[in-house]
Amino acid sequence: MSKASEIDIVSVSKVYGTTIAVEAISLKIPGGTYCCLLGPSGCGKTSTLRMIAGHETINSGDIRLGNTVVTDLPPARRGTAMMFQSYALFPHLDLADNVAFSLKMKGMAKEERRAKAMTMLELMELQSYATRRPAQLSGGQQQRVALARALITNPQALLLDEPLSALDPFLKVRMRAELKKLQTSLGITFVHVTHSQEEAMALADLIVVMNDGRIEQAAAPRVVFEKPATAFVARFMGDHNVVSGRVTAHHDGIATVSVSQDTSFIAVDGVNSLDEVADLAIRTDRVRVGHRDGRGLGFTGEVTNIEYRGASVKLSVAGAGIDDFTAILRDSEFFANPIRVGEQLPLCWDKEDVIFLGRTRH
Amino acid sequence: MATLASSHTDTADSAQARAGRRFPAALIAYLQAAPLALILCSFLLLPILMIGTVSFWDYDFAAMYPDFVTFNYTETLGSWVTWKTYLNTLKFAFLVWGITLFIGFWVAYFLAFHVRSSAMQMVLFLVCTVPFLTSNIIRMISWIPVLGRNGLINSALLNAGVVSEPVEWLLYSDFAVVLAMVHLYTLFMVTPIFNTLMRIDKTLIEAARDAGASSWQTLLNVVLPLAKPGMAIGTIFVVTLVMADFSTVQVMSGGQSASVALMMKNQMSLLQYPAAAANAVILLALVLLMVAGILRIVDIRKEL
Repeated sequence: MSKASEIDIVSVSKVYGTTIAVEAISLKIPGGTYCCLLGPSGCGKTSTLRMIAGHETINSGDIRLGNTVVTDLPPARRGTAMMFQSYALFPHLDLADNVAFSLKMKGMAKEERRAKAMTMLELMELQSYATRRPAQLSGGQQQRVALARALITNPQALLLDEPLSALDPFLKVRMRAELKKLQTSLGITFVHVTHSQEEAMALADLIVVMNDGRIEQAAAPRVVFEKPATAFVARFMGDHNVVSGRVTAHHDGIATVSVSQDTSFIAVDGVNSLDEVADLAIRTDRVRVGHRDGRGLGFTGEVTNIEYRGASVKLSVAGAGIDDFTAILRDSEFFANPIRVGEQLPLCWDKEDVIFLGRTRH
Repeated sequence: MATLASSHTDTADSAQARAGRRFPAALIAYLQAAPLALILCSFLLLPILMIGTVSFWDYDFAAMYPDFVTFNYTETLGSWVTWKTYLNTLKFAFLVWGITLFIGFWVAYFLAFHVRSSAMQMVLFLVCTVPFLTSNIIRMISWIPVLGRNGLINSALLNAGVVSEPVEWLLYSDFAVVLAMVHLYTLFMVTPIFNTLMRIDKTLIEAARDAGASSWQTLLNVVLPLAKPGMAIGTIFVVTLVMADFSTVQVMSGGQSASVALMMKNQMSLLQYPAAAANAVILLALVLLMVAGILRIVDIRKEL
């Protein structure tokens, strides 16, 4: 059996009392993948992770790790290791004993387990702190101890519950790079729960966007960003304008979607039938200022807000029945032709930049 | 620049003016500490000093005479009755400590880890405190109809045919003393341990489980070490209470057992105040030594 095993989740549900936390999700995480479960709080991502870890019972469905169905196995016999959000280091033990804890539980002799823990601490560059207590360490160091403790069992999959949320922004970015490096060198599967799309895009090979206990989309980061499957994904990933309307015409693979009485947009690949509600996503950085000859690829609205962001300028535009439409302009573009709040501004985009979004089956 | 500088001096001036009208900061701090210092001096320090002084005084059957004699101490320490009484008191302290620690830990463990809802936790904890709505003496005396010769237990045993005549050692014995003390003092053990256990991060238990620990291993390697400060505080409560107890020993042993405090009470009823004072100083020193010993073993500062 290869060290990095595939995790296979088959229509798994989790119910707390009358609330459904996770509703019959199915997901395959290939071995050696860095997978990020992404979503807002309460979307079921942590429950999913805890079910993989074995800290939460599964109401229905099965989870397979490698060739073993682990649904009913206790956490330690699954070949997974979990890193907790607050790290959950034992405050009464020094670092070496913290890292060696699982070896002690297996009954390994003291000398042997301390030696193994030291090797692990060396990997995390913490060997000089081995006799300190967790409270004497910084947040980043505590996180590395938690990693060492999780990895000492040689798990096939490491499960991380919001590992970076307790760190300050600067450290977050540094630890992010370390996590990615570690995953690449170990070659095992990482499942990482986060609510930050930036974190997910930076780390993941596979992003699983969750909402309301369901999976909205599971794909590579680039696919999730460039081809969001649903309006929720487009909104959550950010940098997209999501516009809703009704399909009014349908020919040659091009759908016309009416968003207000006198405005309609066109989009390629409209599979919805006539008169159905449809969502379109338009990348904010692909929106340009100016008119275009083709109909349905732009509108004119009033500038409501301008934000300077250094390399770019963010314009908020309202008009044609859309309350808040965002356009990101390059700073050179903006300052060559400055725009003021309150101005009427024509916006346009290319046909290729409009994504026809599916509806979630809720 | 000019306006900035002038506004700066303005604020400095006004700050100085305000400070001038005030009391010096040090005096205010002393004033704030004064009420508590006064209470502690008059009700703790002064009595202890008085006891210390009186312990060196001379006395006869009718009065005390200010003096500096040490025979109160030499007599107390030189008598085998004193040593036997101290040993007996320590025996009670040790037995009661062991039993209350065992019961207290498991009650607290049950409340903290097995009762899921915090409302239920509070309800059950309050139920534990219900006996404390009555006085110590009443709770103690209520054991007599249970344990006595014709009490509940003996009549039940007799009627069931288990014994042919009443069990004598149930009441007016060391057993009765320990039982009553355990009943009186277990809550002093439950409360601090419960408090400590409630502060244990529940994810630590999960982390232990994730590392393959069984529930016993988790208990021994995670819960018990983290409960130590609470156990130490409970131990201090129980040990000091038992060491100073005289009413329980008197009532429940029927006068057949002795404790240091009971010995002092008897000395006082014979108007031997200096002897009782010497005894009190010795007991105080012993209890302080025991508390110091406990504090050396367990660091309770993070609990306070």
